[in-house]
Order: sequence, then C-alpha cells, then structure tokens
Amino acid sequence: MDRRRFLGSATLLAAPRILFAKAATERRFVFIIQRGAADGLNTLIPYADPAYASARGALAIDPASALKLDGSFALHPSLGHLRTLYAAGQATLFHAVASPYRDRSHFDGQNVLETGGSAPYQVKDGWMNRLLGVLPREGKEAIAFSPAVPMAFRGAVPVTSYAPSALPQANEDLLMRVEQLYARDGQLHALWSSALEARGMAGGMGGGANRQDAGALGRMAAGFLGRADGPRIAMIETGGWDTHSGQAARLAAQLRNLDHMLAGLQEGLGPVWDQTVVLVATEFGRTVAANGTGGTDHGTGAMAMLVGGAVDGGRTVADWPGLSAANLLDGRDLKPTLALDALITAACAESFALEPERLSPVLFPHGGKRPLVPRLLRS
Amino acid sequence: MNAPATALNRFGLGARPDEPPPDDPPRWLLSQFEEYEPLPPAWRSAERTPALVGAWLAQQRAVRLAPEGQRSGIREAYLRQGRDAHVMAVGARTDSALQTGTPFVERLVHFWSNHFAVSVDKLLVVGLAGGFEADAIRPNVLGRFEDLLLAAVRHPAMLLYLDQAQSVGPGSAAGQRAAARQQRVRGLNENLAREILELHTLGVRSGYTQADVTEFARALTGWTLPGDEPGDGAEATFRFAPALHEPGPRTVLGRRYADGGEQQARAILHDLATAPATARHIATKLARHFVADDPPPALVQRLADSFVRTGGDLTSLYRALVASPEAWASAQAKFKSPWEWGVSSLRAMGRRELPPMQATNLMTQLGQPVWRPGSPAGYADLSATWAAPDALIRRVEAAQRFAQQAGGALDARALATRVLPGGALSDATAGAIARADSGGTALALLLVAPEFLRR
Repeated sequence: MDRRRFLGSATLLAAPRILFAKAATERRFVFIIQRGAADGLNTLIPYADPAYASARGALAIDPASALKLDGSFALHPSLGHLRTLYAAGQATLFHAVASPYRDRSHFDGQNVLETGGSAPYQVKDGWMNRLLGVLPREGKEAIAFSPAVPMAFRGAVPVTSYAPSALPQANEDLLMRVEQLYARDGQLHALWSSALEARGMAGGMGGGANRQDAGALGRMAAGFLGRADGPRIAMIETGGWDTHSGQAARLAAQLRNLDHMLAGLQEGLGPVWDQTVVLVATEFGRTVAANGTGGTDHGTGAMAMLVGGAVDGGRTVADWPGLSAANLLDGRDLKPTLALDALITAACAESFALEPERLSPVLFPHGGKRPLVPRLLRS
Repeated sequence: MNAPATALNRFGLGARPDEPPPDDPPRWLLSQFEEYEPLPPAWRSAERTPALVGAWLAQQRAVRLAPEGQRSGIREAYLRQGRDAHVMAVGARTDSALQTGTPFVERLVHFWSNHFAVSVDKLLVVGLAGGFEADAIRPNVLGRFEDLLLAAVRHPAMLLYLDQAQSVGPGSAAGQRAAARQQRVRGLNENLAREILELHTLGVRSGYTQADVTEFARALTGWTLPGDEPGDGAEATFRFAPALHEPGPRTVLGRRYADGGEQQARAILHDLATAPATARHIATKLARHFVADDPPPALVQRLADSFVRTGGDLTSLYRALVASPEAWASAQAKFKSPWEWGVSSLRAMGRRELPPMQATNLMTQLGQPVWRPGSPAGYADLSATWAAPDALIRRVEAAQRFAQQAGGALDARALATRVLPGGALSDATAGAIARADSGGTALALLLVAPEFLRR
C-alpha cells in the first residue's frame, strides 16, 4: 500500500456558506458516540498493510471473511448493512483519525471529544450544544437518546433526553401538580418542560424500544427525527467498546449492534434518510498489537464514519501512515493523520449550510486553523 | 437547609419518620464511627466472597473436565447462579441502606464502592460484585486508605473486571515456557495498572507516563485468583502466582523497586496510597460528593492536608469534613443521584425492606443500575449527570408507584416535616401537598419536591 494514500481528495469546499442561516433546515444530524475506544483497525481493516496480520496475530481478521471495500480496506464481517450503504454511495469511512487528545484515559478522551477542547476539562460545554447555538431553529431541536444528557450536549441551549421506560406513566393530575411545583425552580422547570415534550412525541410511536435491541433503538430514534416538528439533531450513546480481553467475540457483537442501529435508523426514517447525516466516532483508538489477553489496550488513531442518504459516500478517506513498527506513534499506536475536529466541522458546516471557517472556532475554540476536509455531502 | 436536615440528607441517606432529627448533628455523625456494623443483618443472607470464588473455581474445573458439547451448558448455569447472587446482593445493599442506624458511614460505603467501581456489564463479574462490596469495601471504610486500596484491587471482582487475573509477564516462567514451545501465550494486560493510577490513586493528569503504566503492569503480574486445584486454600480469594510474574526491578514514577515477587507491586501501591497527588484526588472527590460539584478550594486543601498528615487515615478525613463549615452551607448544591433519591424516598416512607428483584429493577429504571456503571470510573458525581429531563420524569413515575404501594397509609403532611425538619420544607411544597386531591398524590409530590430532589 502507498505510504501517502489519499482517496476522495481534491474537491475542496466550493462556495462559502452563510454562518447564521435564516431558513430552518430539514437536515438531520446524528452523532453516535462509541464509548470505550472502539478498535478502528478491526472495524475498517487495513488488510493490505503487510504489518496488520503480524501485529494483530490471532486477532487479525481473515481477509477472506472481511467485507472488501477496495484494494486497501475491508469492513468487519459484522457490518453487512454498512457494506450495502457503502456500495450505494451512502457511507464514507475515515481512518487514522483522532481528536487533539494524545493520552490514553477514556474519561479525558471522551471529555475532549465531547467538549471540543484541545485538552480535557478546558471547555465547559459541549460542541453539539454550541452548534445548536448558531442554528436558526429556536430550542426543541435536539435530543439525546439516554436518560441523562451527555457532555457533548450540555450547555446554554436546552436539550431534551429520552429513553424508553418500563415504569408506569404518571397520571395527568400528578403531572399538572408537579408542573406547578416546579414553576418557580428555574432548573426543574426547564427539565420538566423538555421531558414532557419528549414524552409527547414518543407517545405516538407505539411503545418503547428495548434498550438491548439496537435496531429497535435506531427505529425509535428515527421516530423522533422523522417527524416534521421533531428534533433535527440527536446523539446516541453506545458503550462496551473497551476490549482489553476476549476482543474477537465482543467486538463482533458490538459492531453487529451498530450495524443494526444504522439499519433501524434508515428504516425508520424512510424518505427522510436522504436528508440525514450520521457521524460515528470514538474517543481514541486501540493499540496496533494485540495484548497478552486476546484484546488490545488504549491507543490513539481510530476510525470514524459518516453515513446517511445525504452523504456523498462510497469512499474510504485515509492518509495512511502504515502499521510497521517505525511508523507507529510511541511505538505502539496507529499514528493519526486526520483531525477528527476538522471532519466534524466539515460535516456540520455542510449539513447546515454554514461557513466552515466561521463554524470551526465555535465548535473547537482552541483548534486554530484547520485543514479543510474534502466535500462530504451530496450537493 | 438547617443543620439537622443537612446531617440527615447531605451526610446521611435521608430521614426516617420513626427517628427524631439529631439534636447535635456533628456529634451524631461522628458517633456513627463507633456504631457501624461492617456486616449488618441485611447482608447476612448474601453470599460471601470465598464461597463465590469457590463456585467460580468449581465451574472452571467442571468446564475443563466436561466433553466439548457440555461446556456451554455449564457456563450458562454458572451465569444464572451469578445473576441470582447479584440480585440477592442488590437486595442486601438496599435493605442495609433502609435499615441502617449509621447512614453517614453507609453513604461512605456507597462512595468508596463507586470509587473502586466494578461493573457487571462484564459478565465474569456478575456474581462477585456484591461480595466485592461486602468483603473489600465494607470492612475497610473506617480504616486506612492503603488497606482499602489493597482490599479493592486484590478482590477477585476487580482482578477479573480489569483483566488483571489473566495478565502474564512475557519474561515470566510461564511466558518463557510457552515461548519455548512456540505456543501462543497470554501476555501483559495494562488495564488494572492504568486505572489504579488514573482512577483509584493519583488521578488523571497527575504526571505519570505510559512507561509508568507499563512498568506497574509488569510489577502486578502474578496477582490473580486462587488456582482451581481441589483443596487449594479453601478460603483464599487471592493468589500470587510466581510463575506469571515478570522478573526484574521496576521503575515507576522515577522510583526503583527491587525484584520481590508479590511485594514489588505492594511497595508501589504503598507509595501510591500515600502520595500527595492521591491525597488531593481523594480530597476532591470526597468534597465533590458531599458539598458541591466544584468544591471550595479551601475545603479540598484542608482535606488533602489531613490525608497527608495522617498517612491516609480515613476516619480523620471524615472528621475534617464534618468539622468544615463549607460542608454545612445551607444551599442544596447537590442533585441526588438515582440511588440516593430512591433510598431516601423509601426511607421517608418508613420502608425497611424492598424485594431484591424490585430493588434491582427500580435502580435500572431510574438510570443507575447497582454495580453496573458504564466504565471503571464509576457513576459520575456531578449534578448535570442526573438532572436530566427523562431522569426527572422517571422519578415522578416511580414516586407515583411508591405512593400507590403505600396505599394511603401515610399522611404526607405529617411526613413532610419529619423528613425535611427545622424549616427545610418550603411553603410552596407544603402548600402543594396540602392541596393534593389524594393521599397518594400528596406523597408523590413530597418525594419529587425540589428540596427532596436535592441535598
């Protein structure tokens, strides 16, 4: 494989976009976070890299069973639906990606990924919340599909959250009285209004989805995003990617769930899928070499995905650094060559017709000047 | 909030209507150190660590001896037992929190159990998490931090959760033997070493490097579960296996540790347990838990000083906390976690028991399943984690269910002043309770009132 390989290059962003667009958008933007440092090297497999098989040993995915995308990369066998989307030009896959964070703590790494800082705890709110701040729709446009609000969504703009509940619904009288009780408490009043609205939307969807069923979770999320008056921006949390041991079976199950979630989103969104951009990213990657216990330890370079009907896909994008020992970061990790910040900026700017040069300091205030990322969405 | 209400709600687990508010709140808190029972009656029905390890070893032995076709059945049966043990232990923890006469110390158990988090997301741990709290945390919360640390990281639940049990030194006897036979060999796993440095002791960004992590991981090789030979120390829950240990001296954080088998990692842990960065990390977490998300720097400093001065004596640390004026500030800066809210609600209703399955399901529905945080960092101790729209509506739903179960047997008006004594109950809440159209609605309103959601 070429040392400097750059697919899908050249087409840089054309006309400048307006930062504060006046028209409400129909675009849907979903961020699926993979908590625990998903192993990019066994998700988007650099099967042609001669060092891949030897470094990974028994963990290496057999190229015969992997889903080949081109002469360099293949998808994990559990990602059948993603392979179909890729073939249909609806998925772009990025490799050797990283946030500015270079240490190996999950919690710091997730904080950097979600706040958009260049160091942990440097920025106090989340980049998705700041994105909402520059969009024209007033409130109500964002939802986290989890009982709590993840860091990426925390900040000045109110964001709702929803997760299927097995508790019996409270009666109308109690709800009304609680509303009165919270009227003079700023924090509880805002949380309560937001919660009722989300429940209202969920009410028409025929029951809650089981959190264990990733496909149903995807369809449930689509039920919100597909509505004309529904949210346009969402975040879905997935956990369980920290595969220090017994990685082969666990990663296969994790990726199968992700694949089902994407399929559920697409199915549930129907024609709205064409307006949809799904970003999948993790806090950092895992070591190139397998560790001693059938797993991998915390690393650096990872992979990321843009999936959706709005994506100008069918491409893998990687300035591939190579996996031979001399090319690794700190002698152990995939060296990052693409800034996740730049990818996020470009994906958001294109999704919402914003100028990337002006959006970048909003999302990544300590980021400095970023190289542009090739055109990502269909015009 | 006044001092009795603060003692009950911020330091304790919420008031019970059958217990009068303390007339000397600080003294009431400190007297609990003498009365605390490490293994109160509620825990006596739960299985203990040696038996749980015995079951795990028996399963491994059975799997090894069984023909291929029967192995998955044995594993599944073991997992079912583990799930039963988990549910029973969640019940024990809940009942213990409802019944305890020493709620301050009980809260400290919950705090430390979360600091040294294990998660049953990892199926290997499912049967052992209750034993971890009963046997590693409960007996050590009033002792020295170093002993608590050692008990936690040597417990089989932690050894399995953070993959330590299978870590093998490449240069160890086992590693060399396998290499000579050209077998694929298990090797080093740095998970436990990293999390001890990052989460349990020094804290992240305190100056350790990747090389320190790896060196510490090498020193820890050999720390594992008892072997599964029959009769191999029936009550043992930990083993040092010399054949797995990476020989040689190690350097961690600039300090050299001679080759000494099991003692090598112990010496490193001793230095970590007494390091100034650890004092600061623990002081910050404790102050954040009891006082505010961003705790007053002077308070953190005072607690850290106490930790350093006493070599990590935990009782002294708690005394310093109780003696600090910041901890008694009247504003309720903390939003209760689901566990805190669930326990304080049940205590407010005078409940002394909850069936184990109900306890397990309740905490799952409220968003904080017991011993199942998403990561080794445990559940976050910040208001923003729990003060979320969906979480709030779940509490209202749960409160309604609690009120239905109480079946009108409780008078929320009388209860309110017992649970929020000394003027802690606001006029607005008292009015809403008085206006409610039924006893059940009144009780539910008390449980979701702003001053009951916070502490």
